[in-house]
Amino acid sequence: MSFLTIIQILLFITLVGASFFVAFRKFKEIYDNINMGKPEQIDTTLGFRLKSMFLIAFGQKKMFKLTFATQIELIEIFIDGLTGKHRILYHAFEGSFLESLYVFVINFIEILSLLTFIVTIIFILRRTTFKVARFQMPELKGWPWRDALNILAFELTLITFIFMMNSGDSALHMKEHGEGYGFILSGFLGNMISSFPNGLLHFIEKTGWWGHLCMVMVFLVYLPYSKHLHILLAFPNTFFTRPEPKGEMRNMTAIEHEVKSMLDPSFVVPATDGEIKFGAKDVYDLSWKSLLDAYSCTECGRCTAACPANQTGKKLSPRKIMMDTRDRMEDISKGKKEHGPDFADNRNLLGDYVTKEELRACTTCNACVEECPVNISPLNIILELRRNMIMDEADSPAEWNTIFANMENNQAPWQFSPDDRLKWTEELN
Amino acid sequence: MQYNVPVLSELVAEGKTPDVVFWVGCAGSFDQRAQRVTVAFTKILNRLQINFAVLGTEEACTGDPARRAGNEFVFQMLAQQNIAALNNYGVKKIVTTCPHCFNTLKNEYPALGGNYEVVHHSTYLQQLINEGKLKVEGGTFKGKKITYHDSCYLGRANDIYEAPRAVIEALDADLVEIKKCKTNGLCCGAGGGQMFKEDEPGKKRINIERTEQLMEVNPDVIAVACPFCNTMITDGVKNENKQDTIKVVDIAELIAQANSY
Repeated sequence: MSFLTIIQILLFITLVGASFFVAFRKFKEIYDNINMGKPEQIDTTLGFRLKSMFLIAFGQKKMFKLTFATQIELIEIFIDGLTGKHRILYHAFEGSFLESLYVFVINFIEILSLLTFIVTIIFILRRTTFKVARFQMPELKGWPWRDALNILAFELTLITFIFMMNSGDSALHMKEHGEGYGFILSGFLGNMISSFPNGLLHFIEKTGWWGHLCMVMVFLVYLPYSKHLHILLAFPNTFFTRPEPKGEMRNMTAIEHEVKSMLDPSFVVPATDGEIKFGAKDVYDLSWKSLLDAYSCTECGRCTAACPANQTGKKLSPRKIMMDTRDRMEDISKGKKEHGPDFADNRNLLGDYVTKEELRACTTCNACVEECPVNISPLNIILELRRNMIMDEADSPAEWNTIFANMENNQAPWQFSPDDRLKWTEELN
Repeated sequence: MQYNVPVLSELVAEGKTPDVVFWVGCAGSFDQRAQRVTVAFTKILNRLQINFAVLGTEEACTGDPARRAGNEFVFQMLAQQNIAALNNYGVKKIVTTCPHCFNTLKNEYPALGGNYEVVHHSTYLQQLINEGKLKVEGGTFKGKKITYHDSCYLGRANDIYEAPRAVIEALDADLVEIKKCKTNGLCCGAGGGQMFKEDEPGKKRINIERTEQLMEVNPDVIAVACPFCNTMITDGVKNENKQDTIKVVDIAELIAQANSY
């Protein structure tokens, strides 16, 4: 083994090790952030959970094919990186039926890469030139905008490196053996550059290899900081899909008991209820599932495009609710890192991130919940914040105070006497 | 025909039990437009000699607008009161003409000890038609273009899309779907307590947007299955000055009108 090979192996180990370390630290932080939330029991069977998860995964079948091809690719990177050799899998398979499988997989990756390259350019144009409405909303200004374009740029860079690597390698293989590996696209490109001197071809191939490794590691480290964390968290998030009909809002047991004791003095409020929390003021008061929802959001904006309030120009945007929730968690964990675990900043999700005007505009129509491709419920967060706004802060629109009073006094939102409930029968005959 | 409205407490005092309790709801009791739907549905129940009863003055709001606006206290007070009354009479089955009452009774009362078989009148009418008990005389709506506006609390909230359409199809009319229907239906703007307050600042009222979508197919009738949608879409049609050519009608009224009840 040459000195240069040893250097390369060491460099590989350092790079991959450091990337995994940094990524792991961030993933751990996100796990802790989600655990800031309150416990919530999600009563579903394993069968239901797997079904919910696979329905989403099968809905995006290409994810599966991609995963398989990517795994082979990743295995190869590792083996090649750790041994300092090249195309170990190809050489190991050479002559057996696995060789054609290997060639097929690489061809598959190359064709997908080319398609991805084209689609990525379309995506960039869709965001920058065609101005699709759901990508032009105020909540996407700044970081979310750059985040989306960053990933698209990474994608183009990665694919460029892959083709540099494969065509450089194909050209060298052709010169040495008189024929290529059988890779359609890189074989074609390799043919075009086969007149280059060997040194230059080696340089192109090595740059491609290290470049594409670096991009994979950049992606790994970048992922947990980005909305693209979605591609991982979509799986646990759909696994823990809530089973209730969308119309059902969860009971608040502590208030149920409180009211029961008012209506029936002999009822003793169970001691376990403790201090009653009125919905959610901050992320700590939301369920862990709502926090997982927030990290699973890829900001696609289908929820906001379907929202009746948003379509008619109100401030409410379900996507912004999810982004605010995530931003709040990130701000808290940043604060904790800088000022210690007791960090508090006198800010809350309600008011400082999500405004009351947004909350008041929701019709609870479930269009956002219906639209989400990964079963996120913005409505759940909206409801919990509303509960706090109404019951804890007693901040409700005057019209709502009127209906609350009517409901308490007349058992109807309108000011009619309960004795008149059968008045309509006069119209009958 | 003389129409009757049996009251549950009186029936029980006579030792009788109704097969089904008709939950009239606050809109159905007090709102002038919704009262006409209540009357239409009551006529259907009478004509089919269904053994039903209403709670009358013992019925209270289910608490839906309070819970959705965020006021759990008011919701709990009303819900516990209603459940005490329903359980006291041993009620087993409830039918309601309001998707909000339906959703709350069906999905939210069980957690508080109120377990009943709850059906919305769209499903109830569909069953009666399927069983051959409710016959719809054709004629009145023949050749009329009817489009249906999905109520969020029937559709997305409870996955009921076909029942109201089956009722409309029984009329021998022309059911035309708009682009944004079923799971993609746009809210009328009344849910979540919005019925009782002004829209937040914006470019447009939600009910206007929805009415415009419904008018794209030039319907003679916009069918609804919810008293709040009824109000919102009626206002929307008036806003466009189309109230003389486009009628907003509940599915129970369609049946009652077709059969000249």
